[in-house]
Amino acid sequence: MDSASEQLKQAEIDEYDQLVKKIEPKPPVVKNCIWAFVVGGLICAFGQLLINFLMSNGLNQSDAGSGTSVILIFLATLFTGLGLYDELGKYAGAGSIVPITGFANAIVASAMEFRREGYIFGVGARIFSVAGPTLVFGFTVAVLVGLLKIIFTS
Amino acid sequence: MNSLFMAFLVGGAFCIIGQLIMDLTKPAITPGHILVGYITIGAILSGLGIYQPIVDFAGAGATVPLSGFGHLLTQGTITAVQQKGLLGALSGGVEAAAAGITAAIVFGYLAAVLFNPRG
Amino acid sequence: MSKKQGQQTIVFTSPPLISSWASLVGPKEGQGPWGEDFDQVLDDYLYDEQTWEKAESKMLREAVKQAISKRYYQPSEIELLISGDLLNQIVSANYAARELSIPFLGMYGACSTMAESMLTAAMAVDGGFFSRVVAAVSSHHYTAERQFRTPIEQGVQKSATSQWTATAAGAVLLEAVPGGNPRITSATIGQVIDMGQSDAANMGSAMAPAAVKTIKAHFDDLNRSPDYYDLIVTGDLGKVGMALAQELFIKEGLLPQPNYSDCGVLLYNDRQDVNSGGSGCGSSAAMLCGPLLKKMSEGKINKLLLVATGALMSPTTSFQGETIPSIAHAVALENI
Repeated sequence: MDSASEQLKQAEIDEYDQLVKKIEPKPPVVKNCIWAFVVGGLICAFGQLLINFLMSNGLNQSDAGSGTSVILIFLATLFTGLGLYDELGKYAGAGSIVPITGFANAIVASAMEFRREGYIFGVGARIFSVAGPTLVFGFTVAVLVGLLKIIFTS
Repeated sequence: MNSLFMAFLVGGAFCIIGQLIMDLTKPAITPGHILVGYITIGAILSGLGIYQPIVDFAGAGATVPLSGFGHLLTQGTITAVQQKGLLGALSGGVEAAAAGITAAIVFGYLAAVLFNPRG
Repeated sequence: MSKKQGQQTIVFTSPPLISSWASLVGPKEGQGPWGEDFDQVLDDYLYDEQTWEKAESKMLREAVKQAISKRYYQPSEIELLISGDLLNQIVSANYAARELSIPFLGMYGACSTMAESMLTAAMAVDGGFFSRVVAAVSSHHYTAERQFRTPIEQGVQKSATSQWTATAAGAVLLEAVPGGNPRITSATIGQVIDMGQSDAANMGSAMAPAAVKTIKAHFDDLNRSPDYYDLIVTGDLGKVGMALAQELFIKEGLLPQPNYSDCGVLLYNDRQDVNSGGSGCGSSAAMLCGPLLKKMSEGKINKLLLVATGALMSPTTSFQGETIPSIAHAVALENI
């Protein structure tokens, strides 16, 4: 294709893109943000309640934090299994994705989805389809920080 | 009571940021990107010493969002590096986050065995 | 004499008769505005099977069986089955054909497969190669969702531009017999059009230009005015794509404004939480093999142009940042 017709094609594509942007409905950002704030905030406040409760029962801060994560993950797993977490996610958006419950939801949803493909290469393999990348990046950055720490403190 | 309110406020704010990123970059940033992005940025901010002050101030408002999980990985690594050196850089993060990761995997597997996706 | 007219259109010299048709839909489609017009509404998405994939294949098989049994044929009396669906390697169609023992041609045109299958079947009949051919397609919300999008139970917000893959199967039986209506009189084969859209959650925008281009070609090739048809329906542009198509009609100078709608918009009512509308092969198949052909047989619609639209991407190409190529095929159905 010569450059003139390529330019014409590009102009047509740009013009169409403008039309699409004009017509497609915009996400209701304010409403979404309010939902995200309230639901995400409540999940975190509930987490704080658990931390306070565990610490008042004699756990140290770090164990109370781990315990809280485990309880939140358990609840997210349960609600995902019962088919309720995705209903919450329709409204809460990032409010139910950003907390650790969203991470658990991604793991459980991926695992449940592939049950019919078998327990080893269905569930076992697919369980990490969303959570895998998350752990890869988390681990890698943590190791890099550790290496930098070694370099700069020695 | 005050700690609950701070957790609500700061945790909610973390979620608003995530919502804005998704809504304003549609369709480039998906929920999967948000999960990866939060853990990565949490780990980096933690390494820079910025995340711990937020945790001191907001408690679960900063530890429950996935960025708090990144923070946990980084802090575990730093502590282990101080004790064991190079080996600690590889082992510390996962040790600190072991309970959460194992819980997510095992619960996830059990849920897949017990429940069917209902749609 | 060539049966091709203009650039892209074929005109059938002995238009094949659509002698029977059948549609099976899922519970959600059954609760929509046309629930009464489908042959069968399923109670659940598994249809007494172990997996959603098996359920979809069974829906397709049953649609074919019901269409041929309405004319008291046995499957062995059908000479050719032309069929496809949305899944990788068109497994729903392949597995349905395994049970049916009818010579089989598999088709893939994404959501445009109903029109693609029908026009191929009509060519086979009008060409004199076969006298009884079935064209059939299916789609299933949960099989498509897990192949193309996120896990069902993951809590994600759906964009207002996103569409709901219809759970539906439709089949038409074409016969080379004199007398009777409706008949397939002509068809326009679309080109693959890519206007640079890449949002897999906004397929209506990707497909609208392909639909309008095919409709324009149809009218140009046949020297027809848009008001020739009582109704022009696109397959699954949804509300967003339909609004875009109407803008493009004006831009392309398609006047007078055709009496136009979209199967994806028609299939559900506003309270059904489907965002922009329905999608999938089943969207056009269910509307055609349910309410539309019924209205044609009652004489309420006499000239119908079905323009099924397909977005030809895969999750792999989406991850690689490719834009979405789209296609649309038009099939003209007339009472003559």
